[in-house]
Amino acid sequence: MLRERGQREVFCGLTGIIWLHRKMQDAFFLVVGSRTCAHLLQSAAGVMIFAEPRFATAIMEERDLAGMADAQEELDRVVTRLLERRPDIKTLFLVGSCPSEVIKLDLAKAAQRLGAQYMPRVRILNYTGSGIETTFTQGEDTCLAALVPVMPQAEPNADKQLLIVGSLPDIVEDQFLRLFAELGIQNVGVLPARNSRDLPSLGANTRYILAQPFLAETAMALEDRGAKRIDAMFPFGAEGTSDWLAAAAREFGVDEATIERVLAPGRERANKALGKLRGELAGKRISFLPDSQLEVPLARFLQNELGMELVEVGTPYLHRAHMARELAHFADDVRLSEGQHVERQLDRVRADKPDITVCGLGLANPLEGEGFTTKWAIELVFSPIHGFDQAADLAELFARPLRRRDRLEV
Amino acid sequence: MQLAVWTYEGPPHVGAMRVATAMKGLHYVLHAPQGDTYADLLFTMIERRGQRPPVTYTTFEARDLGKDTAQIFQDAAREAVTRFNPQAIIVGASCTAELIQDDPGGLAEAMGLSIPAIPLELPSYQRKEHWGAAETFYQIVRHLADKSVVREPREGRKARANILGPTALGFRHRDDLVEIRRILDTLGVEVNLVAPLGASPAEIARIGAADFNIVLYPEIADEASRWLEKNFAQPAVRTVPIGVGATRAFIAEVAELAGADPTPALGDTSSRMPWWSRSVDSTYLTGKRVFIFGDATHAAAAARIAREELGFEVCGLGCYNREFARVIRAEAAACGVEPLITDDHLVVEDAIAAACPELVLGTQMERHIAKRLGLPCAVISAPVHVQDFPARHSPQMGFEGANVIFDTWVHPLVMGLEEHLLTMFREDFEFADEHGASHLAAHSPKAVRAPALSEAPVADIPAPAAATAPAEGSLWTPEAERELKKIPFFVRGKARRNTEVYAAAEGIARIELETLYDAKAHYAR
Repeated sequence: MLRERGQREVFCGLTGIIWLHRKMQDAFFLVVGSRTCAHLLQSAAGVMIFAEPRFATAIMEERDLAGMADAQEELDRVVTRLLERRPDIKTLFLVGSCPSEVIKLDLAKAAQRLGAQYMPRVRILNYTGSGIETTFTQGEDTCLAALVPVMPQAEPNADKQLLIVGSLPDIVEDQFLRLFAELGIQNVGVLPARNSRDLPSLGANTRYILAQPFLAETAMALEDRGAKRIDAMFPFGAEGTSDWLAAAAREFGVDEATIERVLAPGRERANKALGKLRGELAGKRISFLPDSQLEVPLARFLQNELGMELVEVGTPYLHRAHMARELAHFADDVRLSEGQHVERQLDRVRADKPDITVCGLGLANPLEGEGFTTKWAIELVFSPIHGFDQAADLAELFARPLRRRDRLEV
Repeated sequence: MQLAVWTYEGPPHVGAMRVATAMKGLHYVLHAPQGDTYADLLFTMIERRGQRPPVTYTTFEARDLGKDTAQIFQDAAREAVTRFNPQAIIVGASCTAELIQDDPGGLAEAMGLSIPAIPLELPSYQRKEHWGAAETFYQIVRHLADKSVVREPREGRKARANILGPTALGFRHRDDLVEIRRILDTLGVEVNLVAPLGASPAEIARIGAADFNIVLYPEIADEASRWLEKNFAQPAVRTVPIGVGATRAFIAEVAELAGADPTPALGDTSSRMPWWSRSVDSTYLTGKRVFIFGDATHAAAAARIAREELGFEVCGLGCYNREFARVIRAEAAACGVEPLITDDHLVVEDAIAAACPELVLGTQMERHIAKRLGLPCAVISAPVHVQDFPARHSPQMGFEGANVIFDTWVHPLVMGLEEHLLTMFREDFEFADEHGASHLAAHSPKAVRAPALSEAPVADIPAPAAATAPAEGSLWTPEAERELKKIPFFVRGKARRNTEVYAAAEGIARIELETLYDAKAHYAR
């Protein structure tokens, strides 16, 4: 296990807004930050054309830095203008950034004060997406952790409830809900819910299962409210999805025969579809540069189900407990790295010469320019990749750059 | 605080990155928090560069703030100098580092490096990207220009010019430069230096050897050129050669400073735009109302072309960079419109909606606005997206630039003859307005779709009402049909076709949910 410090070529947590605002359809994300923050969001979301996007930046200017009281008043003014313009907003997230954290602008206090003014029409919450605190997908973690305290309290004698945690594409979420219904688990909630005011209840009877590997803070917040985690692999590929569904089913007392009956068709479909891609990927060597914390479960999927060889698996942060079942599958010679010193890591890529390198868009074309084949990592966060029926789509994301490399004659 | 969804310009340190990335042998050590490296992908993705920008970020995190972020900066600077071996570095802070007050300039100076370390003061909370680029270029020139290198007498040698302003991530800078070099070549003028694009610190040292400067992009090179005027007595050509008229004026101006004959350059036979504009197919362009917005240089040039070279009527003109508002005010007066000086895209949107133009010329933002309003649009200025860094030669400057501009601006409009037919057969069900122009098949039609409402999870949805059931005799069960609708529209057709072909092959009479996924697995590569 390699732990490195140095320049990190990663996104900050603000980037989570790009998919969170599509998932929670009645929520608005207001970043309190600098022009840099606005520029980042625009660079990441600039290709989408919205009639009315559900995110914005309150750009701090020189006069906001002069005095604190002033900044709170400015924030009130901006929020008032925003809520007048967008009466459809039900939840407003005030999102902290590096500049707002460094000047210690108290957004929690602002959220409370404004919340008192606008409840019940609008709920106002706060979380941080700053680069100094969060890396890329951790922005979803801090956002969901902010939702946990406002989830309704379950009755003490309520039935046991399953909670799926982590934002999934709608189509994947529906597949999982159908499978849980078939398994006979009726009481299922999701966090985040598609409507942010529609949160499932929570209490000692809640058993939660993580659909995403980057939810350390959310998990802690759920535990604080008495919920208990179901330990499982993450639902990537036939193996991961089976393990994930079965772990939840066993927790709810579903018998093995039923589990097998319900899971078999999807598992077989996934295996059949993956079979077609195995020939392209088996034996290929892959390195991951740190990006989203999806690296470990994806590496396990590519190794176990497609026969790829793991060279280096870099992750921005490694949660040992949440990842234990994934890490158990890694061969001893897999180089696991946490954190980043980007120059040294690129030196390792050059020395290792993997067949394919998973990395961010700041590095992908430069590595291609050096003759390496890359897969840009962000797509793994922006595509439906969980579950049985997306397993082959997930494998295809890795097969395509290799196939393209072999196909091009120029 | 300013409420913003889109911003026309990035922060000033992005301007500094544009200068550093344009140059060779220069490295930028930027004190910035984790996450600010997002700016790299502007260069690697939008401009499609095959190398990383020469920028080292300290990427400090919260846990570093209590400790010595100054030490982190010095370590990063030392490592960058060792690893990349640049001829000079520029050092500065991003918006967050500005708040922690580490003074990168002072820290770099204290290190006693063997190469110049040029400090940048870029006030992030007052200034923006273009200003940052201009200030960075000015500081580089001021620090590196060798005062002892001055032009020798003109006898027996060609005139020499510096071409100033092209940067990385500049709108068409690469191809504009080709056109300018060609003009100078025809006039027998030597290029002493192009900067920042392609210049090294060692070459910048020789900037004083030129007879005069050509300021291609005032937003970036104006400040440096004025300093050169003062310190090296180099006059500057300030006419920006965008459009046929401006190109002719530019040629005359350069020829005069160089003591050359302008005739060969003015007689360039590649200039087709005047004839294209005079040919009868262009008659319908007369008086078309056009709204123009962008950086001041490109917007003002576009307004002149629109009025004098294409016969449009300018119904709105503005820029987002206040520093050059004067240029726009003068041009707006000539067009008889109120100048619009704003960096708020909502204000621009309101102005466009109010002006009801038939064509919008602007930036990436105006493309969004025009799309929303269902108006034709062409891009004339940064900020732009990846499609405006094209593979083909597409300058804006010079006579070839004017040719490119004619094609680009006229293309989004319905063709002359077709416009008449559309008007004549307005009720024709196959030939309706919202189908758009026939040569724009790839563009989505104007039909306005209501935003998709949230779909509750299927588990919560009761059996569908008859109204939402598929048509009588459909192969698809309602459940499968609903599932199909969750697939993004741009691949939905393919999924539908594949599933139906699969069902037919398997002898399945009714397409269930399972069939959809069985087919998906069947067609997986």
